[in-house]
Amino acid sequence: MAQPAATVPDESAVQAQTPKKELGPVFKVAAGPTKYLDDRLGIAGLGRPFLRKVFPDHWSFLLGEIALYSFIVLILSGIFLTIWFKPSMAEIEYEGTYELLRGIQMSEAYASTLGLSFDIRGGLLLRQMHHWAAAVFVAAMLAHSLRIFFTGAFRKPREINWLIGVAMLTLGIINGFTGYSLPDDLLSGTGLRFVDGLIRSIPVIGTWAEFFTFAGEFPGELIIPRLYMVHILLVPALLLGLIAAHLALVVYHKHTQYGGPGRTEGNVVGFPVFPVYAAKAGGFFLIVFGVLTLMGATMQINPVWVFGPYNPAEVTAGSQPDWYMGFVEGGIRIMPNWEWHIGSTTWSWNVAIPGLGLMGLFFGLMAIYPFVEAWVTGDKREHHVLDRPRNAPTRTAFGVAAITGYSLLMIGGGNDLVATQFDVSLNAVTNFLRVAVFVGPVIAFLVTKRICIGLQRADHDRLIHGAESGVIDRAPSGKYSERHRPIGPGEAFRLIEHDETPALLPVTDVDGMSVREIRGEQLRRRATRFFFIDTLRRPTRAELEEAARHHAHGHDEIGADGEHHAIEAEEEHHLAK
Amino acid sequence: MSDDTSQGRPGTEVATVDEERYPVPDPGLEPHIPRLTDVDERAANRATRQVATFFGLVPLLSIGFVVVYFAVPGNVWVDFGPLRANTRNLLLGLTFGLALLFLGIGAVQWGRKLMDDEEKIDYRHSAASSDDDKNYMLTELDKVVDESKLTRRKIIGRTLLAALATILLPMIAGLADLGPWPTKKKRAETIERTIWAPGIRVVQDVTFEPFKPEDIEVGQLINAEPANLQDLHGSEYQTEKAKAAVIVVRMDPNTITIPPSRQDWQIGGILCYSKICTHVGCPISLWEQQTHHLLCPCHQSTFDLGNSGVVVFGPAKRALPQLPIALDAEGYIIAQRDFTVPVGPSYFERDSRNDYEVGDN
Amino acid sequence: MRLLSSRRRHPAAKALLLVFGLFMMGALYTVTAPPAPVSAETGNSQQVAEGKALFAVGCASCHGLNGEGQISGTIQGPPLAGVGAAAVDFQVSTGRMPMARPGEQAAVKPNRYSEEEVAALAAYVATLGPGPAIPEPAEYDTANISAEDLARGGELFRTNCSACHNFEGAGGALPNGKYAPPLKGLDNKRLYLAMLTGPQQMPVFSDEVLTPEDKRAIIGYLNVLHERPADGGLALGGLGPVSEGLWAWIIGLGGLICFAIWIAAKGAKAK
Repeated sequence: MAQPAATVPDESAVQAQTPKKELGPVFKVAAGPTKYLDDRLGIAGLGRPFLRKVFPDHWSFLLGEIALYSFIVLILSGIFLTIWFKPSMAEIEYEGTYELLRGIQMSEAYASTLGLSFDIRGGLLLRQMHHWAAAVFVAAMLAHSLRIFFTGAFRKPREINWLIGVAMLTLGIINGFTGYSLPDDLLSGTGLRFVDGLIRSIPVIGTWAEFFTFAGEFPGELIIPRLYMVHILLVPALLLGLIAAHLALVVYHKHTQYGGPGRTEGNVVGFPVFPVYAAKAGGFFLIVFGVLTLMGATMQINPVWVFGPYNPAEVTAGSQPDWYMGFVEGGIRIMPNWEWHIGSTTWSWNVAIPGLGLMGLFFGLMAIYPFVEAWVTGDKREHHVLDRPRNAPTRTAFGVAAITGYSLLMIGGGNDLVATQFDVSLNAVTNFLRVAVFVGPVIAFLVTKRICIGLQRADHDRLIHGAESGVIDRAPSGKYSERHRPIGPGEAFRLIEHDETPALLPVTDVDGMSVREIRGEQLRRRATRFFFIDTLRRPTRAELEEAARHHAHGHDEIGADGEHHAIEAEEEHHLAK
Repeated sequence: MSDDTSQGRPGTEVATVDEERYPVPDPGLEPHIPRLTDVDERAANRATRQVATFFGLVPLLSIGFVVVYFAVPGNVWVDFGPLRANTRNLLLGLTFGLALLFLGIGAVQWGRKLMDDEEKIDYRHSAASSDDDKNYMLTELDKVVDESKLTRRKIIGRTLLAALATILLPMIAGLADLGPWPTKKKRAETIERTIWAPGIRVVQDVTFEPFKPEDIEVGQLINAEPANLQDLHGSEYQTEKAKAAVIVVRMDPNTITIPPSRQDWQIGGILCYSKICTHVGCPISLWEQQTHHLLCPCHQSTFDLGNSGVVVFGPAKRALPQLPIALDAEGYIIAQRDFTVPVGPSYFERDSRNDYEVGDN
Repeated sequence: MRLLSSRRRHPAAKALLLVFGLFMMGALYTVTAPPAPVSAETGNSQQVAEGKALFAVGCASCHGLNGEGQISGTIQGPPLAGVGAAAVDFQVSTGRMPMARPGEQAAVKPNRYSEEEVAALAAYVATLGPGPAIPEPAEYDTANISAEDLARGGELFRTNCSACHNFEGAGGALPNGKYAPPLKGLDNKRLYLAMLTGPQQMPVFSDEVLTPEDKRAIIGYLNVLHERPADGGLALGGLGPVSEGLWAWIIGLGGLICFAIWIAAKGAKAK
C-alpha cells in the first residue's frame, strides 16, 4: 500500500506530518522502530483503509469468530501434541504408567498417546483441549453457515466466500476424522475399518482406492503415518489459505449488517477496528481459548486408555464416530441392503449411497444453493443488508428441512443408544427413521413456511395497525376491540427494509428467444411462483398513509397520552377489508 | 443521510433508498445515547475496577499453573461430588483456563463499558472495479497479448498448452506406488484368502488354547483365531487377524437349518463363522443364544447363524461366510480348509450374488 | 458388690446364674462363630425339599410343577433341566426371576428371596439335571490379583464382552428391544454366574474354554476399571462420541454463544 515516492522523504517533511498533540511515552518509544519498518515496508499506508474499518456489532456475527479462534487453539494445542506423538504402527509392548495395559502389545502411536495422557505433564489437558476444540470448531462452522444461510448473506457479492466456507467445513470434518484416528485406539480403529470397507465397496475403483489408501490390505503399516501427514500438514495448510481468503473477502466486501434506521445497502454502521473491535474480538479469542481449556480440565473426552489399543477382532457396543460424522453413520445404518450384480461385478449401493452419496448431497446442496436462488430471483444487485428469516419463507423452510433431515440422520447414527436410553426396539427405531428421513423434512418445510408467513402477517399488522397496547375497549354494542399504538419510524423502517421478489406469471412475449431459453425462463418463473407466491408483500406508501388516515379519521380526540381511540364505525371498516 | 447515495465508484449496483422499496423513509441513525459509564463517574470507576481486577487475577493464576505443574504428582485424584478426576489435570486446566478467560473478560468489559462506543459510519463501494480500471485491464491485456506475439505465432500457444498438460504426467505417474495394484492375482493373494488352512486348530482368542466339542455347551460362544496366528507379529499379525477372526457357536441341531451341502461343516451343532461383517468389516460377536441372531454393533446388520448366516436385518447383503470344521486326531476342533468365499465387505470385481444362496458353496 | 454377694444364698440364685451362663454362651457363640455356609449341596435333602416347596409357589406357574417347562401363549417358561444351581442363583438373586410379566427380557428388580431360600431353590433345580454349580468364593475373589492378570482380563473383556456390554461395561442394545445390561457396581459373584450360565440371550462361557482364572481376570479388570476415577474429568455419561458431541454443542458452543450475546449486548444506558 506504500505510495511510490519520487524522493526519499526528508526529515523536515516527516516532522511536518507529526500531529500537534503531545505524544505519550509509549508513542515516543515506538516512533523509532515504526519509522524503521515504514521506511522499508510502508506499513503506515495500511492505516487509512484498515485502522478504523467499521464492523457492525451483533452476537450472531461472532459465530465465525468462534470457529476461527477454535482453529487457532487447535493449531497451538496441536503443535504441543506433535512434540510427543509418534505416528508409527510399529508394535511394542507397553511398559508405561497405566497399569491396566501393561504388557499388552500395541502400536507406537497408541503408546505415545498413553504417554501424553499419563506421563507428560499437561499432556492430558492439551489432548482434551484439542479434541474439544475440534468438536466446537466444526459446530461453530456449521452454526455460522446456518446464520449466513438464514440471513441471506451468501447473496452477491459473497457467493465465492460461501463456497470457500463450504470447502473449509469439508476440510474441518476431514481433519477431525484423521485426527481422532491417529491414536490407533479401538474406537477410532473400528472407524478406520469402516472406512476401509466403504472405500472397498465403491463401484469400479473400490479395491484400487483401498489398496492405494492403506498401501495394501487393512490395516497395513502406513495408514497412521499417512493420516498424520494429512492431519498436520495438508489440510491445515489448505485451511490457512482458505481462511486468509475468506477474511480478506470479508474485509473487502465489508461485513453485512442487519437492517435498521440509518443502515442502508450503501453504508455499514458499527465500531471501528481499533480500539473497540480489537478489544472485543481479542477478548473473545481469549474467552474461547479459556472456555476450551476449562472444558479440557473438567470434561473427559476420548479416553483412549479405556478403549484399549486397536485390535481387528475387538469392538465395542455403541461404536460411533465423532458427532460431525454422525449423519453419514446414520445413513449407513438405516440404508436397506441393496446390492446390484451385473455380469461379474457387484455394485454395493448399500454402502456407496450413504457413504459417498450423502456427503456429496450435503456439501453439494450447500454449495449450489446461492446460485440456485440467484437464478430463481434473477437478482443481479449486491446485497449488504441481511434478511430477517421470516421475509424469505421458502429459503428458511428449505434450511429447516435440511436441518431436520440432518438431525434425523444423526439420530440414526446413534440408534443403538436411542434404543437403550429410551427403552425402545432397535429395529423399530431403524425402520421408523427409514421413512422419517424423507417425510420429516417435507413436514418441516411446510410447517416452517407457514410459521414464517404468520410472522410476516404479524409484522404487516404492526405496520398497518400499530402495536397492540393491551388495552381492551368495549363498545356500547358489546364489541371488544384492542387499542393500537402507532409504531415509531425506526421500527417501521426496520420492518419495511427487506427485499421483495415478485412471483412471475409464465412469459408470453417470446420473440427473440430460442426454444431452450423459453423453456429455461418458464422454469425459472415457475420456480419464482414456488418460492414467492405465498410471501406477503409489504405495504406500499399509499397503503400506509391510508391506514394512518383511517386511524386518525373519526377521532373525537387524540388523547394526551398520544393513544388514539377507535370507534365502532372504524372497526367495521377494518373487518370488512 | 436517509437519501444516502453511494459515494463509491461509478457503475455501482448498490441499491439506494427510494420510494418504491422503502415506503417508510429512513429516519436515519438513532441519536447516540450515552452509557451509564459515560455519564456516571462512579459507574465508570466501578467498571475500571472490574477490568483491573480481572487483569490482576491473571498473574496469580499463571503462577498457580507453574506451581501445580511442578508440585502436584500425577497419581492423585479429587473426589468432589460427581467430579472424580485427576487432580493435576484439573488444576492445570483451571488455572490456565481461568487466566485466559479473565484476560478475555477484562478486555471485553473494557471495550463494552469504557471505550468510546459512538457508532461510526463507513460507506460501501461496489465490489466491482470501476469502469476505468476495467477498460485499462482490457486494453492493456490486449497489448500484452500483442506484445507476446502469441496471436501471430499460434503454434507456440498450442504446443505450450499440450506441454503444460503433459508435464503433469510424471507427477501423477509418481503416485503409482501408493500401494500394490489389486490385480486379479494380487486380490487372490490378499483379500480373497486368509491364513486358515487344512488342519489348523481353532483356538480361543487371547489365550490361544484349543478346545474340544465336549468343552462347549449349547448356547456357548467362543471368540476364536487360527492357531498359526501366534507366529505372526506386528502389522502382519493385525492384517491377518482382520480376516481370520472367527466365532464358534453351539446350537441345538433340532432348532437350526443346516443345508445338505454343509452337513459336514459342523460338529453336532457346533458351527464356525467368520467374525468379520460382510457390510464394512467390523468384528461381530453380539450373539443371542436363543434367537441365534448375530448383531453387528457398527451398523446393526443381523445374521441368522442358525440358517447359514443369512442377513435378516440391516444394511449387509452377503451372508456371513462359514468355516468348515472337523476334529483332529486328539479331538480338538480344526479347520478343514480356508473359507470358500472371501471374508469381509463386498467389492466391485467379484460377483457375490451366489454367496448367500444357502449352502450352495 | 456387696449387693450381689449378700444375696448369694438366695433361692433363685442358682436358676438365675444358669440363665445368665446360657445367655453369655449364646452371645459369645453368635459373635465368634463363623456364619454357616449357605450352599446348595445336592445331597442336602431338607434343602431340596424346601426348594421344591418354594418352587411350587413362585416358579411352577410358568416352568411347570417339575420344571418341565411350559411354552404356550403368553407363558414362556423354558424347561429347567440342566440349567444348574448357578443359573438359579443368578436369576433369582438379581430379581430377574420370577418375571413380573412376560416380555422380551427379564428385567432386574428387587429380590424377595433370602439367601437361604435362593440356595434351596438352586439345590432343587440342580436335582432336575446336571448343570453348572455355584462357584466357590475363591474363584471370584479378586483381592490379590496380579497386574499381569488384570491386563489379560482387559484383553479378554474387550474380546468377549465389550461387543455387547460396551468398552467400560455401560451396556448396549440388542435387537427388538433387548439389551445387554450395564455392569458397573455389580458384585463379583454375579458377574461370574452370568458368564458361566449365559442368562437369556447372553451366550454361555463355559469353564472349560473360558477358564475360572480367565473369568477372575475379567472380573478383576472390571473392578479396577470401575473404581478408577475418570482421569479427564466428568465422565458425561460414558457413552462415547455421542454424548461428547452433545456437550460440545450445549456447553461448548452454547456457552460461547452466551458470551457472544454478552459481548455484543448494549449495556446499561444513561437514559
